[in-house]
Amino acid sequence: MSGKFGFFLGCVAPLRYPGIEKATREVFKALNYELVELEGAGCCPAPGVIKSFDEPTWLALAARNLAIAEKKGVDIMTICNGCYGSLFDANHVLHEHPEKLKEVNEILKDIGLHYSGKTKVRHFAEVLHNEVGMERIQAAVKNKLDLNVAAHYGCHFIRPSKIKHLDDPERPVLLDELIEWTGAHSLPYKDKNMCCGAGGGVRSRNSSLALEFTAEKLKNIKAAGGMYIIDVCPFCHLQFDRSQKDVKGYDIPVIHLAQLYGLAFGLPRSDLGLEAHEVKVNL
Amino acid sequence: MSNIKEPDPVFTKAIIDAGGKTLDLCYQCGTCTASCPSGRRTGFRTRQLIRKAQLGLKDDILPTEDLWLCTTCYSCVERCPREVEITDIITIMRNMAVKKGYMADQHKKIGASMMKTATTVPLSPENSALREKMGLPAVPPMAISDPKALEDFRTIMRKTGFDKLIGGA
Ligand code: SF4
Ligand code: SF4
Repeated sequence: MSGKFGFFLGCVAPLRYPGIEKATREVFKALNYELVELEGAGCCPAPGVIKSFDEPTWLALAARNLAIAEKKGVDIMTICNGCYGSLFDANHVLHEHPEKLKEVNEILKDIGLHYSGKTKVRHFAEVLHNEVGMERIQAAVKNKLDLNVAAHYGCHFIRPSKIKHLDDPERPVLLDELIEWTGAHSLPYKDKNMCCGAGGGVRSRNSSLALEFTAEKLKNIKAAGGMYIIDVCPFCHLQFDRSQKDVKGYDIPVIHLAQLYGLAFGLPRSDLGLEAHEVKVNL
Repeated sequence: MSNIKEPDPVFTKAIIDAGGKTLDLCYQCGTCTASCPSGRRTGFRTRQLIRKAQLGLKDDILPTEDLWLCTTCYSCVERCPREVEITDIITIMRNMAVKKGYMADQHKKIGASMMKTATTVPLSPENSALREKMGLPAVPPMAISDPKALEDFRTIMRKTGFDKLIGGA
């Protein structure tokens, strides 16, 4: 084994696009990593909503998840920008503010848990890029993918860069490189870094505004010749995939990076769960 | 009657005390507004919201829809020359609005779902079947499938008063 992580599932991947979960499990197995179950983990909790409603609740629920991983002695790996944003940021707050860690532990005491601050939080794409690396990934690619695709980074992956230090927040390359390692071509397109529109509780409270964001991204992706949208977040994934029945004139399949890697690694299609996608993926 | 509103330093201080200590660094350059994808398609103006927060115009902020037009994309935060933690300040004010009862029904529903299943979305029978077809457990190994973990999750929300905040779920 080259290492292990606590696999944090989140909500949208396992419940709406289980193929993202399955593909991640298989891809990391192929790369010789062990993914440990974090049984009993709950919602990250969703930063745009729960943190917007009540920060102390957000912090305590996130700390519960961090404590579950700490008890197992593993770092957390997420497959969702929202989970990453929530758990990484909460961890940062708990490190910077010992008094908040104390408060949170007062709450966790009631459920027999304690968090001492040891868990690290990683995003699966960043793990693939920075830890697994190009050589091992290219060696695992069995199907070179000759596709023109549009990368969507999403907001909570590399931003806020001040605490994440993963890439240039204005001109990131991390995801484009990960895509290129499969043989696919990551296209430049207008306003590539723009939000999908779903975050911050906007999808649930004001879906028409969220849709306007998505429509603009779809327009720019189509204009650049993107055949597929590649994301690293099940929530952006859901927004792009489901919006295309409301924004007329688009038929661009949406593929999570774990699923793209599954295709490139030659996993059976039955392990990718593409049936759950609104926009059919004919690959 | 004049339109001029009275500044309320108490409200400003409450934001700063809740963690918005960079609020007074804003010098109104407008970079945030120019960067904001939401402001491109709505009347929402980030710079104006921050100015109102500096002046403590709470009645102009807390009940408004504007406060909820931010997708928390952090574009403004990345570009602000004064390193104002704009998104965090918006979050603090949203927390204040929710405490005052300004919470959308759709948002209350998400809160209720958290109390019920420890997730924000439901699991449909189709997706359960798809999970099984792929060799995954029908229900993921999370709090949703574990009564003890679910109860622990709820205990936290009751302790922080979240259940009352969303109207007693
Ligand atoms: S970018 Fe920063 S300094 Fe400029 S107006 Fe916005 S918050 Fe103020
Ligand atoms: S974080 Fe909010 S206010 Fe800032 S640019 Fe994004 S949507 Fe606008």
